[in-house]
Amino acid sequence: MADVVVFCESDDKGIRSSSLPALTAGAALAKQLGGGVCAVVIGSGTGAAAADAAKYAARVLTYDDARLAAPLAETWAPQLADAVKRVGAGALLGTATSTGKDVLPRAAALLGAGMASDITAVVAANRFRRPAYAGNAIEEVEISGPVLVASVRQTAFPPATPGAAGAIEAVAVAAVDALGAELVGLHETKSTRPDLGEAKVVVSGGRGMRAGENFKILEELTDLLGGALGASRAACDAGMVPNDLQVGQTGKVVAPQLYIAVAISGAIQHLAGMKGSKVIVAINKDPEAPIFQVADYGLVDTWEKAVPALIAGIKKLKASG
Amino acid sequence: MKILVTCKRVPNPEHKLKLAGGQIDLSTASWQLNPFDEYAVETALRLTEKGKGGERSGEVVAVAIGPKEVAQQLRGVLAMGADRAILIGGDDAALDATAVARVLAALVAREKPDLVVLGKQTVDGDSNQVGQILAGLLGWPQATFLASIHLAADGKSATVTREVDAGVEEKRVRLPAVVTVDLRIIGKKAVRNEALASAETEWEETQRYASLKGIMAAKKKEIKDVALAELGVDATAAMKVKSYEAPPVRKAGARVASVDELVAKLHDEAKVI
Repeated sequence: MADVVVFCESDDKGIRSSSLPALTAGAALAKQLGGGVCAVVIGSGTGAAAADAAKYAARVLTYDDARLAAPLAETWAPQLADAVKRVGAGALLGTATSTGKDVLPRAAALLGAGMASDITAVVAANRFRRPAYAGNAIEEVEISGPVLVASVRQTAFPPATPGAAGAIEAVAVAAVDALGAELVGLHETKSTRPDLGEAKVVVSGGRGMRAGENFKILEELTDLLGGALGASRAACDAGMVPNDLQVGQTGKVVAPQLYIAVAISGAIQHLAGMKGSKVIVAINKDPEAPIFQVADYGLVDTWEKAVPALIAGIKKLKASG
Repeated sequence: MKILVTCKRVPNPEHKLKLAGGQIDLSTASWQLNPFDEYAVETALRLTEKGKGGERSGEVVAVAIGPKEVAQQLRGVLAMGADRAILIGGDDAALDATAVARVLAALVAREKPDLVVLGKQTVDGDSNQVGQILAGLLGWPQATFLASIHLAADGKSATVTREVDAGVEEKRVRLPAVVTVDLRIIGKKAVRNEALASAETEWEETQRYASLKGIMAAKKKEIKDVALAELGVDATAAMKVKSYEAPPVRKAGARVASVDELVAKLHDEAKVI
């Protein structure tokens, strides 16, 4: 019998919605281990986050300290390792966000634990499924040892639902050593759009868009549908759009209700990031483009003609109510 | 500046994966250097150069773990410009990220580099763990998913930008440190050693290819074979792959003839708009 520690990322309002699937996976694993879920929040001023986390976990450990304000792997990983030891947990889980990917393996090193990245299913107490080879193979992996670590693919588990309030324990944070690392600043991408990982609609552009300014028309389509904007690696590589829009094996994995791929050929590495979408639309002037092999609806046309027409068509549909 | 750069061979990611009986058949795979490791090599070389084709200062040591055939990829890295290479014998299918990081930590203790540069992930295992575990084992600072790196003129710290979900994070780390690179690292001004290169230095927006001269020079460079046992580390994998299966196949749907038909189908059939 062992508990599962779930690392919950947070801001000053509460835990991030990206952490909710990790809580779901944590509950599934806790069931296998015969224990419960213990959520962990780390930062400075984590009161609201801890209260929020308590809606989803029977126990919450909060590491609230001014020295932990910056999300540094050097200072946060030791807190996660501390939580696992404090609880006597058998597993540490978190979502495979950029923070999770940075901090969790370091925590695994401190715990001497094996780790599985990007798990998509909990099979047994120490068995998981996860994609490898750009999603072209699904591995079933087994982790040995008294403690295991896993990062959770956000789109593979539903968000946890709130329940009875759990108990919050504030941990007195021991020595904090950033090992000479410091956060200089964060240049946030300002966007009023939903996060790529959570959006119900994603509109992505590829190399065929040719230039960054041509993404404006995709933004118009995106906003009309209340979605998030994405891009292929080729478009990011060419510097048309920032890399944080990248959808694919080495970017973000999305699974929206509707994915519209515009001028994207459909390289294996891109498909790895979007083929879990419910409905896929492909617009490409090349009828042989591989993207059509995964698209529910394929339109062979240039984006210059198709996208303005699509915008007009959706506006007309909305107007007719 | 001494830089250790990790090199893993991967099956060509553009080729179709052969899956049968719960296993992947790599017997006919065509192998190449992991693309992110290629960026790592390029980064390490730029950090030891005054500019494109300019003088060099410092040492770049490439390390691989794998069967003896990996010498081929290492030879390619030496042809790009790395000074020497170390090939640690091992079966990479039997290793996990933890085991690889333990082996690298032992090598770091021997080589004492100022910086370890890795690709952010390999495109076969897709784990994205080794750099972070290595930094944790060494007790060194880490900077992952780098879009840029500037080494301070005194060689004591590096200021980096990292691609994170919320945007771009700027971080400073004391050396020695472990860094992992993302694709933006091969940008024109992404890499600079302030002790060597001026602020105006610009690089090609791609990793370099081996020149004929480089290939000739590489033949004379050392690839040192090191037995895994010699490093005295426990390289037992904590994570073992029990089986592989093909992902569910997504069926191609229908072609639509016009935007009007597309809008109608999305509304009436798929009910997503």
